[in-house]
Amino acid sequence: MSNATLTARNLSRSFGRREVIHDLTLELKRGEVLGLLGHNGAGKSTTLQMLTGCLLPDSGTIDICGISLLKNPAKAKAHIGYLPESPPLNRELSVATYLGFAARLHGMKREEIDSATTEAIRRCGLESVRKKLISTLSKGYQQRVGIAQAIVHRPDVLVLDEPTVGLDPSQIRDIRDLIREQGNSGSVILSTHLLSEVESVCDRVEIMQKGRLIYGDSSDRMQHYGAVSGFTITLNNPPALDELACIEGVESVEKVSATEFRILHAPDRNPGSELMSLSTQKGWQLTQLTPLHASLEDVFVKITKEKS
Amino acid sequence: MIRLIAMRELRSLLSIPSTWFVLAGLQFILAWFFLTRLEAFLEIQPQLALLANPPGVTGTVGASLFNTASLLLMMLVPMFTMRLIAEERRNQTLALLLSSPASDVEITIGKFAGLLIFLLPMIAILPLMLCTLFFGTHPDSGLLISNSIGLLLLTSSYVALGLYISSLTAQPVIASLGTLAILTGLWLADITSPAASFWHQFSPLYHFQNFNAGLLDSRDAAFFVLFTAFFLTLAARRLHNNRIYG
Repeated sequence: MSNATLTARNLSRSFGRREVIHDLTLELKRGEVLGLLGHNGAGKSTTLQMLTGCLLPDSGTIDICGISLLKNPAKAKAHIGYLPESPPLNRELSVATYLGFAARLHGMKREEIDSATTEAIRRCGLESVRKKLISTLSKGYQQRVGIAQAIVHRPDVLVLDEPTVGLDPSQIRDIRDLIREQGNSGSVILSTHLLSEVESVCDRVEIMQKGRLIYGDSSDRMQHYGAVSGFTITLNNPPALDELACIEGVESVEKVSATEFRILHAPDRNPGSELMSLSTQKGWQLTQLTPLHASLEDVFVKITKEKS
Repeated sequence: MIRLIAMRELRSLLSIPSTWFVLAGLQFILAWFFLTRLEAFLEIQPQLALLANPPGVTGTVGASLFNTASLLLMMLVPMFTMRLIAEERRNQTLALLLSSPASDVEITIGKFAGLLIFLLPMIAILPLMLCTLFFGTHPDSGLLISNSIGLLLLTSSYVALGLYISSLTAQPVIASLGTLAILTGLWLADITSPAASFWHQFSPLYHFQNFNAGLLDSRDAAFFVLFTAFFLTLAARRLHNNRIYG
């Protein structure tokens, strides 16, 4: 058996006449966290709904751990943990009862339930609210119960639709650790429009636009996509712009403020050291030199613009 | 899987305070009705005793009690069935069931069974109340049994219809009103049609009349079973369509 936990081939899906997913092919390997990135309405949630069997594709195949989701749904779905956009909580139940139900629903045996719920409660930091009714919990806790529900039966494929919405920064960090941890034992696919999330937890990124995957790569490499080489410098006693532009390797100089300049250079020719020595010689008073970093945000905007 | 979903449904029902109020209210009405009927029977009993073939206590008190219960349940069952699927859809909790290994049929039957188990004590309380008559007289136990079976079948047909209507909408109130409207419509079609009209055949309450009179007719039993199965199938189909049309 290959180590692919989820394989989706040529998925298409229309709502009425509007085709929202076009010929989408996706593979997820064990030990991998995949981020599905896209604007609102790009088709992320629809894709995840299809991968979890909540929605049937018009055409295409989905295999979960080698089992066809369309032909043998009962068996395939036991390997999936799914957190939809809004957590599917039965608010009138207590946290522990609800998690026990979710675990049984996914085919866990009665004797395993206790240890499984205890583990999920511990991993999601829900010990203090274990006996409370879900309806009395705050939004952040409810979201965590939603995540606990998805991991309680120890699924091979964890599907999370915007998992960190409504959480405070420290909770977001906890959840990201949890996703990372889950990514080590199984595999995770998550949709998000938060680029920082992709940067911090995902091994791989797929960018979706208008129902198509337009770009897929490791998240590290994506950051280098269209990266610019250059830096911003602060000079307390700046010279004329021309003088800076004359330094070897400098391609362009742009004045940001009276003392701040943005310098772009060729990727293989870094004029940093030359600039520093010139600065001491001529008394420009260099106080800061920061290399320019292409943020994922820039990259994302660039990619989606380029491909549309 | 069916049992698991049924038990979850039951637990949810019992954890809502209003359920208990409704149960208590219904029990109060039925007990009050039972006692007044019994009192009336005791008053006219001396005159009845003069008749050649007098109606017994089970027929006068019991059958009419079951008849009242059948009408009360018609109004009450929609209040419980409305939640079954419509509320899950409104709270967006249906995704948990749809993404789980449970099939559409299992979800439907689980929910149906959960509510029916919940309603069982409500139905069982009637023969239990009537059994107190054993302390003073000899009630017709055959009539009690046929009425109990009839009421159970009748209730299951109500629940199946309510479950289907609930699967059509995301608004519990609409599901409740819709179910009540259809049940009332069927009842009115029954009581307003001329004696030989085929409209009677569509009404669950019409088919309950034979059970109520102590007559076990397989045609009536078959009607209830078919009625229930028909609407359960439709509900399961509707859940499947949920996956197709989103």
